[in-house]
Amino acid sequence: MIEFKKVSKRFGSTQALDKLDANFPTGKIIGLFGPNGAGKSTSIKMIAGLNRPDQGQVLIDGELPRMSKAQIAYLPEIDHLYPWMTVGQAAEFTRTFYGDWDNDKYHELLKYLNLSAEMKTGKISKGQRAKTKLLLTVARRAPYLLMDEPLSGIDILTREEIINALVRDYREGEQTIIISTHEIAEVESLVDEVFFIDQGKIMLSGSAEEFRVERGQSLVEIMKEAFRHVDQ
Amino acid sequence: MKFDSSRPIYRQIIDSYKKQLIRGELKTGDKIPSQREYAEQVRINPNTVQRAYREMEALQMVETQRGQGTFIIVAEPMLTEIKLEMARDVLEYFSGEMKSLGYTYAQMISMLEEEEKKQGGGF
Repeated sequence: MIEFKKVSKRFGSTQALDKLDANFPTGKIIGLFGPNGAGKSTSIKMIAGLNRPDQGQVLIDGELPRMSKAQIAYLPEIDHLYPWMTVGQAAEFTRTFYGDWDNDKYHELLKYLNLSAEMKTGKISKGQRAKTKLLLTVARRAPYLLMDEPLSGIDILTREEIINALVRDYREGEQTIIISTHEIAEVESLVDEVFFIDQGKIMLSGSAEEFRVERGQSLVEIMKEAFRHVDQ
Repeated sequence: MKFDSSRPIYRQIIDSYKKQLIRGELKTGDKIPSQREYAEQVRINPNTVQRAYREMEALQMVETQRGQGTFIIVAEPMLTEIKLEMARDVLEYFSGEMKSLGYTYAQMISMLEEEEKKQGGGF
């Protein structure tokens, strides 16, 4: 379980997180939804140990994020691939850092995602780079998978490929995936638990299926209702 | 399969199996896809599929045999019961919508009779 206990974080004059409380349960696919600047990336980076709370605490299975780095595979929003590397070299590079790298899984996914090890990451399309990022993250057997906007700016077919690969590889009950995204419609049937975040706070959270039972609304509709005051 | 994202997906999975049973596309003894196969085919959360399959086991619609797979175990009179239950759902939805438009049951009945004539008798 990942716990946020009254976590605050300020960047200059911007309050990115404001006493945020949340418990992300283990073994679920979790959607972190909210408008731009809501605090999604800040939260995810905090779990990945890339920034620290000003106040409050983030705990991963009871430990501080910097103690749990081996448990976490993180897909950043930014394009972090070195353009001169091939996909294969990027994989080799990632492999040297992480003991949980699964080379069979890497080769299987490489094929499944229609990528090849010889492709230069600086020369491939945006969609192919997104798939490479996914490949490098998912080829690790990490119990926690953090994905920051994995679908943004990518064509619909590539989005489908990415979601397919995620479903195919997901180890239900064991693995915890946190996905932050604007593209809620794309992940409606993928997420178990959802957290709607705005202005550094959780506004609403719960099980996606329970929301549908109780409200008869899709997550997109719930999001629109919850954020009516926010300019989308 | 397309899901309506405003209704619980696990229930839509169960309903789709019920419809296949009613239409005779599936019958007792037939093997259905494993949970993983199903999740991959329709691109949904494997936990949701697991919930649907568990519920179908509890409803005694299917039976999972270790190492063998999941099989349909529905026979009469349960089939009739499932059909009736689904018909009631449709009816409830229909009458609810019609009432919200201001129609009485008597009006609904006469409209249904008209509809029957239009369709050349018999549904």
